[in-house]
Amino acid sequence: MNLDFTSEQDMLRDTVSRFLANECPYDRVKELEETAEGYSPELWQKMAELGWLGLLFPEEYEGYEGQFIDMIIIQEEIGKAVFPNPLFSTVIQCGSIILEGGSEEQKKELLGQIAEGSLIMALAQYEEDGSYLSSGIKMPAEADGDRYILNGTKMFVMDANISDKLIVAANIKDKGLSLLLVDAKDTGITITKIPTIGKDNTCEVIFKDVRVAKENIIGSPGNGLEILEKINAKAAVAKAAEMVGSCKACIDITIDYAKQREQYGKPIGGFQVIQHYMANMLLAYDTSYNYLYRVACMVDEGEDFTAEASALKACLNENYKFVSERAVQIHGGIGTTREGDIGLFYRKAKSCEYICGDTDFHYENLIDKILSANPI
Amino acid sequence: MDFKLSEEQQALKQEFEDFFKREMENAPLDYQNRSPLEAMYGSDEGWEFHKSMKKKLAEKGWLTMAWPKEYGGREAPVIEQLIFSEVQSYYRAPGLDGFGVKMFAPTLMLYATDEQKERLLPPIAKGEVQYCQGWSEPNAGSDLASLKTVAIKEGDHYVINGQKVWTTAAHRADHIFLLARTNPSQKRSSGLSVFNIEMNTPGIEVRPIEYMNGVHIYNEIYFTDVKVPVEERIGPENEGWKLTRATMNFERSGVGSFAEARRSFEELLKYVQTTKRDGKALIENQIVRQKLAKLYIGIETGRALAYKTAWLQEKGSLTFSAAAASEGKVFGTELRQQVANFATEIMGLYGQVEHSKWAHLNGVMIDGYQMSPGSNIAAGSSEIQRNIIAWVGCGLPRFN
Ligand SMILES: Cc1cc2nc3c(=O)[nH]c(=O)nc-3n(C[C@H](O)[C@H](O)[C@H](O)COP(=O)(O)OP(=O)(O)OC[C@H]3O[C@@H](n4cnc5c(N)ncnc54)[C@H](O)[C@@H]3O)c2cc1C
Repeated sequence: MNLDFTSEQDMLRDTVSRFLANECPYDRVKELEETAEGYSPELWQKMAELGWLGLLFPEEYEGYEGQFIDMIIIQEEIGKAVFPNPLFSTVIQCGSIILEGGSEEQKKELLGQIAEGSLIMALAQYEEDGSYLSSGIKMPAEADGDRYILNGTKMFVMDANISDKLIVAANIKDKGLSLLLVDAKDTGITITKIPTIGKDNTCEVIFKDVRVAKENIIGSPGNGLEILEKINAKAAVAKAAEMVGSCKACIDITIDYAKQREQYGKPIGGFQVIQHYMANMLLAYDTSYNYLYRVACMVDEGEDFTAEASALKACLNENYKFVSERAVQIHGGIGTTREGDIGLFYRKAKSCEYICGDTDFHYENLIDKILSANPI
Repeated sequence: MDFKLSEEQQALKQEFEDFFKREMENAPLDYQNRSPLEAMYGSDEGWEFHKSMKKKLAEKGWLTMAWPKEYGGREAPVIEQLIFSEVQSYYRAPGLDGFGVKMFAPTLMLYATDEQKERLLPPIAKGEVQYCQGWSEPNAGSDLASLKTVAIKEGDHYVINGQKVWTTAAHRADHIFLLARTNPSQKRSSGLSVFNIEMNTPGIEVRPIEYMNGVHIYNEIYFTDVKVPVEERIGPENEGWKLTRATMNFERSGVGSFAEARRSFEELLKYVQTTKRDGKALIENQIVRQKLAKLYIGIETGRALAYKTAWLQEKGSLTFSAAAASEGKVFGTELRQQVANFATEIMGLYGQVEHSKWAHLNGVMIDGYQMSPGSNIAAGSSEIQRNIIAWVGCGLPRFN
């Protein structure tokens, strides 16, 4: 057992944290939220130069062969800064899918481009009824000679509006769920941003007779489910890391405020009610944080972490909402404004809740996994 | 970073597991269906079982594995202690007199004279004595420093008068370690001293207090002109407060709560898989499933916190905060309460049934339901723990 970070990991955290503090303070976050792109192409390039985008990929695909835990550190720091950027959709979701199921050619072509910051991607899985289940994926990919034809609507596709390519989950007759690489600029595709509490790049993507060459399948027809389940679990852990970081920022910001804001001639942080709120917030954070790294280690060790990923994501869904809501309360009126920073977290907590599965979904998934590991 | 136990640690864990699994087969009927305090101190059979287990743990050297070598321990790494606590708690096994081994012994090691150490430590190490902790009084609970029991020096002895309350296991104990005021003109934490007193000393009267379920766990103790030789005072006169702080600093990660909760979770899981209501197994009920998911998350996140706390303690890391122990305590006791709440809710009408042929899961959950408020109050209430977390963990100001 060794629960310390390596000195390289400490350095990585330090670099990410300083980079984000300098380049994207909370005011800049709010500015970016107002833009159509919802991210900064300039900062995206810098992230590529810093090596974060290729971190998880093997060397032969221009990567750095980092551990999953390294990415967790980056995600945690991104969460502290609530930094809007397409790393999650491009690298953690799509990059991992390509790495997991892609052909040698696809890996060679796409991973290098992701690593150098010239390719942004989005994963289109959910549909109009809002199901997280694979059975909720109804969109057909109709075979037509050497092509598939896509028709239908994908919902809540993060970063589709800024993507060059999409990975689309669709059903191939007699084969089942499959993943297709689709050019986002195809004339049959219409992408529209959906207004959400997170003020992020959540999109609706409509497909009308979109033709996809058969070689653009990831893996083979019908193995989409297996790949998606694995990558969704991994992505849930990475999203949870971001949420852990956000909880920490909420707590730090709120402690500072509670020490400095005075009422009745005393700092409000001296009032016991406030202290007990803060104690509960710290408890929520410390338990989440330590469990995050326990699960991240399982990922790196190649253990089955699907139950734990669900436990972790469900835990953070609830804890991030709890921590950010109390943080607003402790700030009083200023906490409710767009000018103040703490409201950012309250909004993001709600949007993070839905990414990679809400609480009820993960409770169900967790129980299914526990039951199959403990048959009567 | 990795959470894996080393081969030696794995082997040690296996040894603990084999031992407790085997030994618990000899537990008195119903023993494992009771909460630990109740099982150990509440019945004569339980008490005898606790004493015999104590001897066995002593023989194995496990009772004192954390102790310094000079006192016969082996200075076991914190992680090994954690593994031990985890396994012991999981098996609901007795045998550890925490008052003696974990609280009073360290105080002795730090502050006692050589004569006192030689006289008092070996019986604790051999599992031959039972201690109880004489701190709380009717008007000194959370605010311990306001205590009023006096010990006035008269020649070669002290004369003790006053009352203690909530004293767990006083009716079983051979000795009490007592905190009393040796200088009545000094207030609060000044003028206090610590004493080692035999329970059969004339003038000591132990009266049982029934816990809400009628079980005899704790007591009140009256001291009327109790004469205690000067040699039984531990540490300098009037500086006992410092000793109590040292005592309180020994218990840390709280991993036992999470192991206990895991055991209950496993029992509950089997129960909902095998119990039918309205023609369906309980596990098919959505609400039941959600409750189980919440418990699992609490248990695993709490356990991760406990491991981290132990790890930091092991390293003597500067980043280790005294708030971590408070976090483990309050999270652990409230989690066990949630286990009992959820389990008794899931059982429906049967949730209320105490140990009897009608009880589900042998009544262990309704037992926990009644014991958990006690755990939330004993050893520093949840409110006091939250104060500490806010002051130490968050660095918030302290007005009083
Ligand atoms: C099962 C059990 C076993 C015990 N065993 C022992 C034992 O072996 N030896 C021993 O000496 N004692 C023992 N105790 C006593 C225990 O330490 C006290 O009960 C505890 O310290 C609380 O004191 P009190 O009961 O007087 O409650 P009080 O201190 O009167 O507290 C009443 C309420 O006020 C709250 N409160 C008090 N002060 C504050 C504050 N500053 N901020 C916020 N809230 C506050 C408390 O949290 C609680 O909710 C035991 C208690 C129990 C329940």
